[in-house]
Amino acid sequence: MSHDTKGRMTEIRWHARAGQGAVTAANLVAESALAEGRYFQAMPEFGPERMGAPLKAFTRLSDDPIEVSNNVEFPHIIVVLDDTLIGVVDVCEGLCEDGTVIVNTTKSSAEIREVLQVADSVRVATIPATEIALETIKRNIPNTPIVGALAKVTGVVALDSVLSQLELSFGRKFSQALIDANLDSVRRAYEEVVVE
Amino acid sequence: MTHIKYTEQTTIAATGNTFVTEAFRQVEPDALCAYPITPQTTIVEKFAQLVADGDVATEYVCTESEHSAMTATIGAAAAGGRAYTATSAQGLAHMWEELYIASGLRLPIVMANVNRALSAPINIHGDHSDIMGARDTGWVMILAESPQEAYDNTIISTPVSEDLLLPVMSCLDGFITSHSIMRGDVAADATVKEFVGEYSPRDSLMFGEPRTVGPFANLGPTYMKVKKAQRDAMDRGLEVIKRVGDQWAEITGRSYDHVECWGMEDAERAIVVMGSAAGNARAVARSLREGGEKVGVVKIRTYRPFPLADVGAALAHVKAVAVLDRAETFSTLAGPLAKDTIAALFNAGVTVPVRNYIYGLGGNDVKLEQMYQVFDDLTKVDGDGIATSVNMTPRYLGIGPCSYEL
Repeated sequence: MSHDTKGRMTEIRWHARAGQGAVTAANLVAESALAEGRYFQAMPEFGPERMGAPLKAFTRLSDDPIEVSNNVEFPHIIVVLDDTLIGVVDVCEGLCEDGTVIVNTTKSSAEIREVLQVADSVRVATIPATEIALETIKRNIPNTPIVGALAKVTGVVALDSVLSQLELSFGRKFSQALIDANLDSVRRAYEEVVVE
Repeated sequence: MTHIKYTEQTTIAATGNTFVTEAFRQVEPDALCAYPITPQTTIVEKFAQLVADGDVATEYVCTESEHSAMTATIGAAAAGGRAYTATSAQGLAHMWEELYIASGLRLPIVMANVNRALSAPINIHGDHSDIMGARDTGWVMILAESPQEAYDNTIISTPVSEDLLLPVMSCLDGFITSHSIMRGDVAADATVKEFVGEYSPRDSLMFGEPRTVGPFANLGPTYMKVKKAQRDAMDRGLEVIKRVGDQWAEITGRSYDHVECWGMEDAERAIVVMGSAAGNARAVARSLREGGEKVGVVKIRTYRPFPLADVGAALAHVKAVAVLDRAETFSTLAGPLAKDTIAALFNAGVTVPVRNYIYGLGGNDVKLEQMYQVFDDLTKVDGDGIATSVNMTPRYLGIGPCSYEL
């Protein structure tokens, strides 16, 4: 089920609307890789950011030091934090043939596959991350649950690494109740994600 | 300094700006006088927080402009304090006259510059337009490829500036390096403190005999003598930077070279580049090498003083050179790094075709295909009679098909 990440660099592109926490998610994945002794890079594409505007962020993970610093053009994994971006932005641009798309949506993965029109070799996973966020964190921030889905579907980072990194980085700013809610959201998404 | 042995380091995940702030925190200068500007902002923001929290004893002076920031930094340094600042782009441009005063007064100031495009049109992203405007102001300039190098360069800058009595600019590419979270190692606080040592200024307005700083030097050769002394200090810079870099390398295990070569032992085609794009060039060279192509990359880390001999030696056996400039200086000649490289080649008696490219202005994404294109172009200038000499007209990369006309 998981990617063979040994010896190659995994490139992830995030699509979201400003305010949904895509940058935090991209950073969380990169930082989780630190606990695993791997190399990483996380960077947003800085534009004139306005709440709700489409944005991109990038994460690279590798067993070896990362040299390149350009935007991710040919991602292995694409994460879409808002399904209303599909059709507005070409979210699948440059996706590898054996790539994976993870979408925050209440639609079925079959429906999403049809709209995305990706090759059969591409895996499509869906997760109602917004619902999970509203139920656990009580806020419409689907970023942490979708990282749980990413961990399950691709294996690029381990669930435990994500959970411990989340506790570490959120622990500096948030209450224990909020941290627990976030941890819960990650675990739930890990369990509930559907791969077609 | 040399007796400090390899100490334990902590591996962290942080942005380039956080690595720079970490270096600032560990050195803990007497004063940091700055004005926030994108993409430098998070350095000053985080450092101001450290001051407010009492984590450092540094006096933080939040000025009303960069001109004032550099003036205050000069004042703090002249008073005898270890003085730091940080800026970007328009901020660096706004400091311009003060940059000359800092170097002319021989004040050991350290400044982090987060390289950014200059307006107009307005653009907040990374390129080398700002630092190329400050290239001839008498500052030592060191460029980082990565957050790790930004940290190391910033720490090295303090002993270098205090040895040479010259201000030092530690430069990192805006957003690409300043805002990317990457892995890197930081030394223990005590190690850094011991490495930079207690500061005892050679001259000071505050301590010792009363003295004048920056008096009139209007008639006769005094002004020229001062400039000559500055020039001599800059000439000595290569040796001092290398020595301090080597001392830091002993502690960290990370080497310092003015010029970092990859594949240059037998490369026939080479790219000369500075800053974050060096990694892109190297990644492409690596993949071309796997296909048997003899290509290499020469990364310039020390830019001022320019490592003329090192660059000449690195390129002594190539058949064609491409120099990548991340700034347009409108000279109607080649870009600044290309002109420096051509001087190095001439100095070394190396006559090879040189091509110049302008790339990545205003943060324009440095796609790997651009590097493939450059290496491919170099196969065409090698002896086919099109143009085997130095071509002083740069080509623009990444702006569309027109940029690849040969």
